[in-house]
Amino acid sequence: MYSFRYHRAASIEEAKELHTTSDEGAYLAGGMTLIPTLKQRLADVDDVIDLGGIESLKGVMTSGTSMKVGGMAVHNEVAANATIDALRHLASGIGDPQVRNRGTIGGSIANNDPAADYPAAVLGLNATIHTNGRTIGADDFFTGMFDTALGDSEIVTAVEFPMPSRAAYIKFPNPASRYAVVGVMVSETNGNVRVAVTGAGTCVFRASAMEEALTNEFAAESISGISIDSSSFNSDIHASAEYRAHLVGVMAQRAVSQIS
Amino acid sequence: MATETGIGASVRRTEDARFITGTGRYTDDINVPGQTYCVFVRSTHARAKIKSIDTSDALSTPGVVAAFVGADLAKDEIGDLPCGWLVKSKDGSDMIAPPHPPIATERVNYVGEPYALVIGETVQAAKDGAEAIVAEFEIQTPVMDVASATQSEQIHESVPSNRSYDWELGDKAATDAAFEDAAHVTSLDIVNNRLIPNAIEPRAALGSFDAASETYTLHTTSQNPHLERLVLAAFVNIAPEAKLHVVSPDVGGGFGSKIFVYAEETAVIWASAKVGRPVKWTADRVESFLSDAHGRDHVTHAELALSEEGDFLGLRVKTTANMGAYLSTFASSVPTYLYGTLMAGQYKTPAIYVEVQAVFTNTAPVDAYRGAGRPEATYVVERLVETAARELNTDVAELRRRNFINPEDFPYETPVALTYDTGNYAASLDKALEYANYSGFASRKARSEADGKRRGLGFSCYIEACGLAPSQVALSLGAGVGLFESAEVRVDVTGSVTVMTGAHSHGQGHETTFAQLVSDKLGIPFENVSVVHGDTRRSDYGLGTYGSRSIAVGGSAISKATDKIVTKAKKIAAHMLDSEEDQVSFDDGIFTIPDSNESLTFGEVAFSAYVPGNFPLDELEPGLSEKAFYDPANFTYPAGTHICEVEIDSETGTTSIVSFVAVDDFGNVINPMIVEGQVHGGLAQGIGQALLEHGIYDSDGQLVSGSYMDYTMPRADDLPDFVVDTTSTPCTHNPLGVKGCGEAGAIGATAAVMNAITDALGVKDLPMPATSETVWRAIQGG
Repeated sequence: MYSFRYHRAASIEEAKELHTTSDEGAYLAGGMTLIPTLKQRLADVDDVIDLGGIESLKGVMTSGTSMKVGGMAVHNEVAANATIDALRHLASGIGDPQVRNRGTIGGSIANNDPAADYPAAVLGLNATIHTNGRTIGADDFFTGMFDTALGDSEIVTAVEFPMPSRAAYIKFPNPASRYAVVGVMVSETNGNVRVAVTGAGTCVFRASAMEEALTNEFAAESISGISIDSSSFNSDIHASAEYRAHLVGVMAQRAVSQIS
Repeated sequence: MATETGIGASVRRTEDARFITGTGRYTDDINVPGQTYCVFVRSTHARAKIKSIDTSDALSTPGVVAAFVGADLAKDEIGDLPCGWLVKSKDGSDMIAPPHPPIATERVNYVGEPYALVIGETVQAAKDGAEAIVAEFEIQTPVMDVASATQSEQIHESVPSNRSYDWELGDKAATDAAFEDAAHVTSLDIVNNRLIPNAIEPRAALGSFDAASETYTLHTTSQNPHLERLVLAAFVNIAPEAKLHVVSPDVGGGFGSKIFVYAEETAVIWASAKVGRPVKWTADRVESFLSDAHGRDHVTHAELALSEEGDFLGLRVKTTANMGAYLSTFASSVPTYLYGTLMAGQYKTPAIYVEVQAVFTNTAPVDAYRGAGRPEATYVVERLVETAARELNTDVAELRRRNFINPEDFPYETPVALTYDTGNYAASLDKALEYANYSGFASRKARSEADGKRRGLGFSCYIEACGLAPSQVALSLGAGVGLFESAEVRVDVTGSVTVMTGAHSHGQGHETTFAQLVSDKLGIPFENVSVVHGDTRRSDYGLGTYGSRSIAVGGSAISKATDKIVTKAKKIAAHMLDSEEDQVSFDDGIFTIPDSNESLTFGEVAFSAYVPGNFPLDELEPGLSEKAFYDPANFTYPAGTHICEVEIDSETGTTSIVSFVAVDDFGNVINPMIVEGQVHGGLAQGIGQALLEHGIYDSDGQLVSGSYMDYTMPRADDLPDFVVDTTSTPCTHNPLGVKGCGEAGAIGATAAVMNAITDALGVKDLPMPATSETVWRAIQGG
């Protein structure tokens, strides 16, 4: 770890001010990626701005038609309190208990790791991302590997999920890290079907052919024959692109079966 | 079971309270005044010539105390890291051990090899300094493939064809003849995957030099501190043994990887005198992955010859073993004397011939890892036997039973240089078959198939040679040290007892087991016995812990020393009771004489020994403290049957272990609970090898599975509830009848798992680890 200045911001405004005025500042949410990166000297920042003291970023709230998760809500909080079963299940399967007690939804989606679980929830449930300056739709948020629509000093304040009529998330975990080798969120909200895939490609994406097929008939058989183009998929020691493509089909069918 | 804490009782481990409450005292917990911190600068190239190393910027970095390169150690005549076991090739020539300077001087030969060290006031300062080191390299193509290493570019000037030795064991002519007569030959090409040990506590070292007494003190994470001291004194030239004090305090796991003498502690103890201040180094996890000695990594072709009736006639094995870039401390013995000698397994195979060539590659050194050679041997034998049974359409259990060495055959001399003292292989097989509900397997398989899943059953009837080792045998085979164990039993004035052992506990529970042994033998409360280990100034020269030796060799030494205590105590008691020594009986802590109601407690005799008012001073010295060195007459031969049942998700290829039965014969058992725990841990590692773990280098020599993001450690939810039980044929040649249990799980389990998976898939072989994709591809292919 290189030396840096540590700040514990009391408000979103203070955090943003600190970040804007720093030459090289980093927001610290749960620190599940930032801290190991700093420890291995893979990152060198001047200021670490801890968002952990900002009360308004915490909590899980459900109104009639949507559920709002504070940007600093940790995974175990969502696993315990989310009113969308698929989201509760997803959160309870992230990493291990230590990660779930520290890692946050805001940190996860802002980092946009291609193998993270939450991007599949956000895109697959068509969530709205609230920041300290605006709202961003799920389809516009994830722009590429470790890349999002967030501006330089922008903070995810909350993620708002519309209540789906049905939704399921199934993942094939990496046996070592328990990240998603492939994770698929399938949902239907007000008659709109979404299928979001994480882990397989460089960034979470929607499987539109599957969405169309499921819109016609919401059954596992409807998507069993759909072939997945794996040409841009990840390939590593845990899974080849071809195997990932196969798993997308299997995970998607299992998710559909669970809710049809 | 004599008492609740005696031999045979499942006493809770007394050391665990401190381990699980964070109050253990590990090397990194120890801090001394004036301490500095060392960071090693490690090669990022797998093979390169060092053109230059410039430390000047490092030296001017704030907080940096010193920076050294390999040449600085060489200038002080610091010796190379030696390999302590000389193996000879077929032609009688000695193995070739290339120079292994602790800090690389002319070239680097694996990613992670240290070529400089920086010492700072803080770890951060040392890291800053390390980043300021400027080194120029001439990068060369690394040798990464084991199978083709002998045809690749030469790594070491002194090692033609990258071959350290080409070794053989057994009767080639007789074995070839057996194959000519065979009705059936089963052959397999086997890769035994490279593993990385992953002890929970990384390696660490704290070196201090006391100029006033000219004494060095090294605290380090060693499984055998006396061996560490011996090597650093006799080969590395740090200081005479008497001026070198090595302490291994609490050590958080080793699995073999902490047997060896490494570059880091060597550099740290040397540097402590150089800078005149204590120097500490603690590995981070990345360094552990890169620089701990790895395990396994064999490529093998093996054949089993059988008669029409299914009798084993001959076994032929040809193995290429990866040594990594250098010969680590015991590397040469692992694929030879701990591997080839085990090829008889539990069977009466009359003719066996084993060839092993050891080759160098540009990878981290490979050495003993839990089981060390014996898991690799078991994997060869048990994969072959199971495959043969399938090819012959014979029941896998009955083919084994037919070929077992029977109880009446002991002592049994194998064709590969061992003499098994005792065993009953059918007993453990029968018990395991019952637990596994073997007869119900067909219906379970049918049920799985109805669910679209595949189910398989696999066996492993393993044997191991443990209790390392009879010194004369080991020395005649090239060992550089004797392999006995020492013990001292020191009775205190008030009758409590302190036991000093040369064995070292880094998770095994010696403080409990050895205390049970001594308290039982002396009839004193368990709580009154303390066990001291891991300090060269407190215990006599001993050989530490590895090879499932602690109870069989260390425990036997303690037993002998305790017997000497009883002998002397009886003499004192005879005097005190006004009787003759041969009239005194000692039982359950009480000395008695026949036809008398006079008696003495052990405590009364101990007191008299130290407060000798009524003591035969003319015949006996005061005090009650005895030493023993125990050198075993033979190895011990734990053996057993493991049966694994798997169910495979046909869509994803994911394997679940639905049941695992391990029935082991460890001879007599001191603490069944500790033994069961040892078996559990071993099974986890054996199953880990089969399903999850893999040390993978890419073609450039970078370690791809170099963190827990990619190296899959077995976890509780990867494993079933184990069914663990024992049978017992006590060892015939040690005083306790014990055999040792530390490695059995890791030795037996791997073959059982792979036999189960290949059974489920109906394939002959599958590479390890059997990851979901590997299995899925096999399903696609079939």
